[in-house]
Amino acid sequence: MTSSDANQTVLFPHRHLIGIEGLSQADITSLLDLADGYVDQNRQINKKGDVLRGRTQINLFFEASTRTQSSFELAGKRLGADVMNMSVSSSSIKKGETLIDTATTLNAMHPDLIVVRHGDSGAVELLSQKVGCSVLNAGDGSHEHPTQALLDALTIRRRKGRLEGLIVAICGDILHSRVARSNILLLNIMGARVRVIAPKTLLPIGIERLGVEVFNDMEEGLKDVDIVMMLRLQLERMHGSFVPSVREYFRYFGLDYEKLKVAKPDALIMHPGPMNRGVEIDSAVADDINRSVIREQVEMGVAVRMAALDALARNLPNEQPVGNGA
Amino acid sequence: MNRTAYINARLFDPANGLDETGALLVEDGKIEDLGASLFSDGVPQDMETVDCGGKLLTPGLIDMRVFTGEPGTEFRETLGSASQSAAAGGVTTIIVMPNTDPVIDDVALVDFVERRARDTAIVNVHPMAALTRGCAGEQMTEIGLLKDAGAVAFTDGDRPLADPLVMRRALSYAHFFDALIVQHAEDRALAAGGVMNEGELASRLGLSGRPSAAETIMIERDLRLVELTGARYHVAQVTCKASVDVIRRAKQNGLPVTCGVSAPHLTLNENDVASYRSFMKLSPPLRHEDDRLAVVEGVADGTIDVIVSGHDPQDPETKRLPFAQAAYGAVGLETLLPATLSLVHAGTLSLERAVEALTTGPASLLGLKSGRLTKAGPADLALIDMNVPWVLNPEDLKSKSKNTPYDERRLQGRAIRTIVGGKEVHVSGGK
Repeated sequence: MTSSDANQTVLFPHRHLIGIEGLSQADITSLLDLADGYVDQNRQINKKGDVLRGRTQINLFFEASTRTQSSFELAGKRLGADVMNMSVSSSSIKKGETLIDTATTLNAMHPDLIVVRHGDSGAVELLSQKVGCSVLNAGDGSHEHPTQALLDALTIRRRKGRLEGLIVAICGDILHSRVARSNILLLNIMGARVRVIAPKTLLPIGIERLGVEVFNDMEEGLKDVDIVMMLRLQLERMHGSFVPSVREYFRYFGLDYEKLKVAKPDALIMHPGPMNRGVEIDSAVADDINRSVIREQVEMGVAVRMAALDALARNLPNEQPVGNGA
Repeated sequence: MNRTAYINARLFDPANGLDETGALLVEDGKIEDLGASLFSDGVPQDMETVDCGGKLLTPGLIDMRVFTGEPGTEFRETLGSASQSAAAGGVTTIIVMPNTDPVIDDVALVDFVERRARDTAIVNVHPMAALTRGCAGEQMTEIGLLKDAGAVAFTDGDRPLADPLVMRRALSYAHFFDALIVQHAEDRALAAGGVMNEGELASRLGLSGRPSAAETIMIERDLRLVELTGARYHVAQVTCKASVDVIRRAKQNGLPVTCGVSAPHLTLNENDVASYRSFMKLSPPLRHEDDRLAVVEGVADGTIDVIVSGHDPQDPETKRLPFAQAAYGAVGLETLLPATLSLVHAGTLSLERAVEALTTGPASLLGLKSGRLTKAGPADLALIDMNVPWVLNPEDLKSKSKNTPYDERRLQGRAIRTIVGGKEVHVSGGK
């Protein structure tokens, strides 16, 4: 690396990726453009790059995750980083001081990038304040999941050619969803029109002030939409506390062909996974190769995470030339 | 073709501002025509004719608070026997409470009640479904599916929904379905141990009291939740002055709140308990005379929307006990009308408001087509003799249970004919 780096415009002028909040349209476009290139790289036989060669990436997961963790792991490895996975069972950990202790302990090992998922909103930001490296949020409580929103945006942009002006309906458990929050923020920044559709018990108070149109009725809310994003309804919320039962939820709020009729004929169906078939989405709809892009979202996930890791690493201090007295 | 002409009737329907002498034609279960000029040139010969003798012909009464024992405790009351009792009282539609065994908290059970009613009842029967599973106050029921199956409202019946978070979520969830939530308003923790109204009389009798504040507190809490959620909320029975005031204010503020009162709470007070009469043991309890006057005024000025019987059949074994141990509840389908008319006779309630609170009031709350005299509407009618004096003999009650607080009372006015869907299901002195 030489001083030419200093002249290169900064692609992504942020040290961490904690949330979509605080990003500009240009930031997001840069990441998506970069990710487009990685989609191509991932489709080659030789998928290995070296932009993160020598870097250490730690995946610190306080909450169980299969797809996000493996997606970040693959992303780091394909960029040439050394990747370490740390799963910390949430039961063995106490919040606050212990989280910070974990952070400072890891920091002492000189990682370059830490990917964190935590069950508490704000925990990733707290951790980012205690380390010297870049931190990527892989989901914190009900707050944000920025790489999910970015991969959703990439999926839509590649299919529809744009984000601006599209009508996107986010359906289901908005109340507990970090995916919904990140998507609402991102889609608004990019000029899409966002709707949320859910029973009132699953809508956060004041959601309409986040720049969305609110619907309780699927058939009203899905009218003329370009994109239908379904959210997962967690088991513990299904039996009487937030909604009465699975069958009632599916009847009124589950996505099936009947409810989908009012959407645009070429509307895409998305789901961050894992799906509850027969709860929030009908199996046939989920598997409809003409409309469902659920598996494509997984592919885009790796590319987007490569782009995010790459972009953040470009802002990290680089190796000084040997003997420069640094 | 099935046609009956009711002539020489005082057609009375507050919903349409109707009070005139005329005739009403019933054809195939519907009101075909009505008015002062109808049949003024005589009735066609082929038509069955009933001369009403100038008596009051009103929409059939709708009683939105009826407990039965079906399913589970059919010895107290079946849907069939409750409907006989209703017919005898001029009531053409009863709304049955979900507190049965099992509790009506599932689509299949709503279907069961509707099927049994179709097979055995002589008046219209609509179920209210439980608001929470088993009326246990914890998990909300399938409000959407139950409403589609025919549940007209949601309530835990004689059990207050205590948990404010469950109540909030239920109201929130119900809002989308435009479902009516009905609350038995009483803070049970505050009323714990009490068996009659708290006050001087309870102290003299040595009975522990249930303060009326327990009711008002629950209503005030719920109104805050209604404000948050916007759902339609109905207090099943309002029994004291403070509660009437609170609801009057809430209505002025535009909240979607309504309430009812039972005929006993309009016509009796705590003094009727005096000699430990367990037939006067009701839930909520009979209150102070000042409270009774306040609820009468509440009906008169429209704060209270509906009058119910609170019909709750209990067998003698649960009533013939020391007052504190006796069951709550009284039968009331056959005394709903005469008890309400006693207020009209006393001049404290207009006939218009009385009939409105017994017909249109509940009909519009529950979205029923009946409750008014309208062309093409269902021919659910009550022919009422306002003035006939009679003495209530409990043995004459059609209800399986005879626990009436009005036994041996002198009453004035009753239904002399009850017509459900064009069919006469009760004719006084005959059939």
